[in-house]
Amino acid sequence: MHDMSAQAVQHHAPPTSFIGKHVFSLDHKVIGKQYYALALVAVVIGMVLSWLMRIHLAWPSAKIPLLHYLSANGAAGNVMTPEYYLQLMTMHGTIMVFFVLTTAPFAAFGNYFLPIQVGAEDMPFPHFNMMSFWVTFVSFLVMIASFFVGDGPTLGGWTQYAPLSAIGPASGPGQGMGVVLWASSIAIFCVGQLLGSLNFITTTLDMRTRGMSLWRLPLTAWAWFITSVMGLTAFAVLMPACILLILDHVAGTSFFVASNLVISDQVQPHSGGSTLLWQHLFWFFGHPEVYIAIVPGMGIVSHVLITNMRRPLLSHRVMVYSMGALAVLSYMVYGHHMFVSGMNPFSSLAFSFPTLIITIPSTIVVLIWLGSLYGSKLRINSASLFSLGFISMFISGGVSGFFLAQPSIDIMLHATYFVVGHFHLVMAVAAIFGIFAGTYFWFPKMTGRMMNETLGKIHFWLSFVGAYCIFMPFHYLGLAGNVRRYQAFVDDYLQPLLPVHKFITVAALVTGAAQLVFLYNLVYSRFRGERAADNPWQATSLEWSTPTTPPPFDNFGGQHPVVYHDPYQFGIEASSGDYVMQNSPEEIHTVRDEE
Amino acid sequence: MAAKGRTMGRIFAVTILVIAIGSAIPILRHTWWMPQDISTHGAPIDEQMSETMAEAGICFLASQILLAAFIWKFSNPKPDSKIKTFPGGASGLVIAAFLLVGTEVLALGAFGAKAWAKIYFTPAAANALPVQAQAGQFAFYFRYPGPDGKFGPIHPDMVSEANQNFYGIDINNDQDAKDDIVTAEMAIPVNREVNLLMHSKDVGHSFFVPELRVQQDFVPGLDVAIHFTATKIGRYEIVCTQLCGLGHYNMKAYLSVMSQQDYDDWLKKEAALQ
Repeated sequence: MHDMSAQAVQHHAPPTSFIGKHVFSLDHKVIGKQYYALALVAVVIGMVLSWLMRIHLAWPSAKIPLLHYLSANGAAGNVMTPEYYLQLMTMHGTIMVFFVLTTAPFAAFGNYFLPIQVGAEDMPFPHFNMMSFWVTFVSFLVMIASFFVGDGPTLGGWTQYAPLSAIGPASGPGQGMGVVLWASSIAIFCVGQLLGSLNFITTTLDMRTRGMSLWRLPLTAWAWFITSVMGLTAFAVLMPACILLILDHVAGTSFFVASNLVISDQVQPHSGGSTLLWQHLFWFFGHPEVYIAIVPGMGIVSHVLITNMRRPLLSHRVMVYSMGALAVLSYMVYGHHMFVSGMNPFSSLAFSFPTLIITIPSTIVVLIWLGSLYGSKLRINSASLFSLGFISMFISGGVSGFFLAQPSIDIMLHATYFVVGHFHLVMAVAAIFGIFAGTYFWFPKMTGRMMNETLGKIHFWLSFVGAYCIFMPFHYLGLAGNVRRYQAFVDDYLQPLLPVHKFITVAALVTGAAQLVFLYNLVYSRFRGERAADNPWQATSLEWSTPTTPPPFDNFGGQHPVVYHDPYQFGIEASSGDYVMQNSPEEIHTVRDEE
Repeated sequence: MAAKGRTMGRIFAVTILVIAIGSAIPILRHTWWMPQDISTHGAPIDEQMSETMAEAGICFLASQILLAAFIWKFSNPKPDSKIKTFPGGASGLVIAAFLLVGTEVLALGAFGAKAWAKIYFTPAAANALPVQAQAGQFAFYFRYPGPDGKFGPIHPDMVSEANQNFYGIDINNDQDAKDDIVTAEMAIPVNREVNLLMHSKDVGHSFFVPELRVQQDFVPGLDVAIHFTATKIGRYEIVCTQLCGLGHYNMKAYLSVMSQQDYDDWLKKEAALQ
């Protein structure tokens, strides 16, 4: 609600210096773009790492040009060693999950658009906001530094299971300094996320302009709000877990290392820690993290699709409740990552049922999208194509969850490529499609220029078909028992699967290369794109009502917008056409939920 | 513009259909599938897998087909067309989600729980053959208790690769250890229940034999036990599925399922080698 004291907190004068404007900016829009830029750098690194892994898996003795520059030991003669494969794999997962899937849909777009969508001048704590980005940036540098320190990054996977991660250098290359840098980077990252979440929550609750009731928030704002509540609780657990892991390395503690472990005939100087403790702490964060990556995408896809379908969803509230239910359930299901971990088998059953139940809100979300598509006036453009692609990927990745929710089937599929296919489709590809949809949709507002539609569609087609070619076969490999995190497939029973791996590698290289079309479009359009109108998509929410495009420093030119309507008044007859903007005082026959 | 959008919408719809049906074909034909089950407990797992595949497959195909159909039908319609509402509206869909998917997954969960309980909630038979598996970077070793039926205690400080004392047992001082038989390959008699005691020497590992429908992690500091009965004579691969370090991909052993006679002979031979 409109609250003058809150407005006073966010108010700050526009910067005058270059550094104040572009580097240490307090402006949520600049911070949003900084997060986007960071995610872009991270995704390029993450993707190149996946190329290196895929080439090595398909052709293990292949010489990869220039690779020895990255690591003289890890890639002597440009051929990857087994440990270097694992180190690159760990960095691929870590960089993608933390610095791409968490930063882009949530921190980048959320920072830029949440304050504008609620009608605020900025977030309530601009200094915290600035800090949240720069802390994240430092965390990224620490993570990248591990490539160049000692014997390279840790090889323990993005999940860093103890005691492999906690024993120290004895357990393998990168397991000393590499792990310490990894855990430090993630702990620092958590600080950034906590500061960001705090701002998102207070922005949503306290900074809404006059007339912007909670139910009038666009679905993106709801998604970011729900995500920030998850972020606040999940990262608050991961941070201490990482600190304990660092202590096991530097302070001689044994939080995660049991007694009497023997490596190279030496009894390790640890005692009394718990192997499973790390897994519980990690997945208590790790499963909500999946939804931290995907719920903003659900919001973005809904927002983009509604505008392009020219109709509101069948039910705004059911969508909000479903995203909320996903968030609550996400904490109760984490044990499905641990069915065969050695925890009490009764716990496996206890975690199995919430995991199965989470399919209900997920199904509702999909059905609401599908039901809303029915009878709509769907516009086909790059943004709507990626949104529809998101739905297709979310369905494909979602149904494999039916299997992994059941401990009895997990016996066969745990730690196989089936899991890799599942989470890449449902979380990685879907979330990235959400980022693309958001980019094509909001780019005009963020830069004042349109992106090239032809290039956008080429990008979509190559990405959509390519992503299926890569990740669908992963499920087949998993069914045949192909274990993940192997740098080569030496087992007899895996030999018939090698051609499938070669196919996937080719698909990954082509699909990855197709992303260059996007990068080109992004850079070209930034400088040469057609000038964008203030509201090029005839959308309704407040970000399209700013006095200039891109929005001025204080978003609304010294005014506080007043909101008169629910967020998605499409498919009506108004003076502006088939829609009315939230801040238009025009009286219309409004479209209500059809519950 | 509208006509172009309509054409692209239709191509998109067809692409979704082709991908959905194309993805289902290898599943229906079992082009890549689980190996043949050789265990007594595996049948409910396989049944559960097939049931789940059928139900997940129907959900997958139905949703993708609906998505494709609606994109086909509703992309860039004529400007004067009216917005229509899905019959039944949101409440119909929510009820459908609860009734169809909700009951479906809970039914799957209930049957799956039975399959899980059969494996994990029944203790091993009293006469089950005890075998101890030890996982360490990057090899499995197996231990048989010998005629006394007892395993000697493990002394971590006595573990020595050089002396081939992989388990750290003290055959000179521990009575129970004197007749223990340590092997690099696991052999078991066919149709005899095995009680596998799992011990990790260093970090997390896992014991996965796809044919046997067994996958269980080794937990450092916490010995766990699983039991199973193999029903088919043959030689199968045991692989590690828990990332354990640089040699993880190469950490494997063989499981030989033998006739009782062959097993007895094998054990005698191994005992002589100790």
